[in-house]
Amino acid sequence: MYLKSSYEIRDKYLRKDMLPTIFCPGCGIGSVLQFTLRAIDDLGLNQDEIVWVSGIGCSSRVPGFVNFDGLHTTHGRALAFATGIKLTNPDLRIIAFMGDGDAAAIGGNHFIHAIRRNLDVTVILINNFTYGMTGGQVAPTTLKGLKGTTAPYGQFENPFDIAQLAVAAGANYVARWTVFNYLQGINSVKKALQKEGFTLVEFLSPCPIGFGRRNRMKTSPELIRWYQEITVPLAKAKNMKPEELEGKIVIGEFVDRDRPGLVREYQEYIKRAKKMMGWEG
Amino acid sequence: MRYPFVVGRSDFIQGDEAIARAAILAGCRFYAGYPITPASEIFEAMALYMPLVDGVSIQMEDEIASVAAIIGASWAGAKAMTATSGPGFSLMQENIGYAIMTETPIVIVNVQRGGPSTGQPTLAAQGDIMQAIWGTHGDHSLIVLSPSTVQEAFDFTIRAFNLAEKYRTPVILLTDAEIAHMRERVYIPNPEEIETVSRKLPANEEEARLPFGDPHGDGVPPMPIFGRGYRTYVTGLTHDEHGHPKTVEPEVHERLIRRIIDKLERNKADIITYETFGLEDAEVAIVATGIVSRSAMSAVKMLRERGVRAGFLKLNTIWPFDFEMVEKLAERVRKIYVPEMNMGQLYHLVREGANGKAEVELISKIGGEVHTPMEIIERVVG
Repeated sequence: MYLKSSYEIRDKYLRKDMLPTIFCPGCGIGSVLQFTLRAIDDLGLNQDEIVWVSGIGCSSRVPGFVNFDGLHTTHGRALAFATGIKLTNPDLRIIAFMGDGDAAAIGGNHFIHAIRRNLDVTVILINNFTYGMTGGQVAPTTLKGLKGTTAPYGQFENPFDIAQLAVAAGANYVARWTVFNYLQGINSVKKALQKEGFTLVEFLSPCPIGFGRRNRMKTSPELIRWYQEITVPLAKAKNMKPEELEGKIVIGEFVDRDRPGLVREYQEYIKRAKKMMGWEG
Repeated sequence: MRYPFVVGRSDFIQGDEAIARAAILAGCRFYAGYPITPASEIFEAMALYMPLVDGVSIQMEDEIASVAAIIGASWAGAKAMTATSGPGFSLMQENIGYAIMTETPIVIVNVQRGGPSTGQPTLAAQGDIMQAIWGTHGDHSLIVLSPSTVQEAFDFTIRAFNLAEKYRTPVILLTDAEIAHMRERVYIPNPEEIETVSRKLPANEEEARLPFGDPHGDGVPPMPIFGRGYRTYVTGLTHDEHGHPKTVEPEVHERLIRRIIDKLERNKADIITYETFGLEDAEVAIVATGIVSRSAMSAVKMLRERGVRAGFLKLNTIWPFDFEMVEKLAERVRKIYVPEMNMGQLYHLVREGANGKAEVELISKIGGEVHTPMEIIERVVG
């Protein structure tokens, strides 16, 4: 893959009047944004036919920084808004930028139902195990024992595996990487953007300020090393025993299938309705 | 355009059905909802009709998602509606606030039932007046319409879409279980008999760059639709004229919120409609809205037969509220009675409008039954 300079990507796609971003030093959201923009650029997609939607939180501020149509909505509800946009104008391609709390806690119900419907959307999910914007509270993805301001003695609940949840709910494409899996990340976003139906690329992303600081990983490099320790590639994980996988996070491409998307299903439904009413053969 | 119901003649239909047909004639092509008594028939009718007119009807996972979906649809260019009842309406409040803040034209029908909580699902009430006006947080304004007949449910639905589009704002159509399930003769007009309004679109690039500005001086910015190359950013955060978040600048917040409220306040004469009967020589006035208007009207007629100089003010719009008009009325009459199916919500507004110029008395009834005319008369004649 030929990689353009990041300046070229920045100049082409970012809103200069909105910079600088609100992101903290060491945050991984910028990297994920770059992967996404590189994927769009590489595919040669029309900037005017893409709408970015988001909920609330750090990652949800991304649509404000990119020069596309964008809807920065309420906490957790981005995919419900996206449903209205996509069904009204199926020509629009929708990218939802979401956080782990946004997608899996307050937005958990919208998330699983958007997947069940196979809503045509590409979700780019930033999983940093914490609520960064509100100051480092625990999230539904926080691994057991890790600390957050609302679990100062270590998380006592079980975490969600968002990617597996999406696979089970019926997504067409699900992949998970860390932000350090640069090429895999870009390739997965490219794949996701080209598919019909619900596609998800989850990124384990460093949050040194909100999350790392409270868990003895105050810098991005420390979080990088930790991600290297806790992640296991899918191919390797297949040969590991469940007890060996305890506390590990599997990364890779989990599913790639072609179930019909919601738009196509609804268009067929319209045809069926008209036929049943005798409006057309 | 072919319609899945007869047009240009009368039909004998329920209030909920009338709302669905009116929405389609008003140009609604996106409906998202979640079933709830007594509003479900609106959804069922939309589910039947929408695919036939190439529109969308989708059952969302909850009411929160329903409003979210219609806001998304509106930004993608559709006239969009949802319908619910009390408990669902409570869930919608978050995104109603979002629609106000982002100036998104949408229509929300709240078929009132008895509350709070699950309350009386099948019985009528008027307990959501305050929630309709003030349900979402923060300083805001929106439009609330209140029909009293099935024909009005039809007519006001069309008006709700027109007002939403004209002023780029959510409009609440506040009906109740009684109107929802009652069958009445309704004239369904031909499409060409109906005046429909569509939102102002940006006339040029310059206007499109100010999706939250005031290029025409009327407080209502043209709305750049997604996918037309304007690259508009829409956020529920306090934003400037360009749509850029500006959350800690007091003057930006003040300018935005005051404009959003002012665009409705300065157009009160266009938005507010009411009807009167016998107010010219009235000593006592009855002020009512929605289903209770019908008992109130009968009561006034019967009172006049008995020689009581009674008059009637029927409010079709409950927000914005015409406080000045009520004050003028209070200056002319001795007493104002407010019969309503709650513990006194319209009463608060009327009393504030009367401004001490006349005594205002609440005739409250709760439990699910509409006031009988006699119940109103007895209170008036003592």
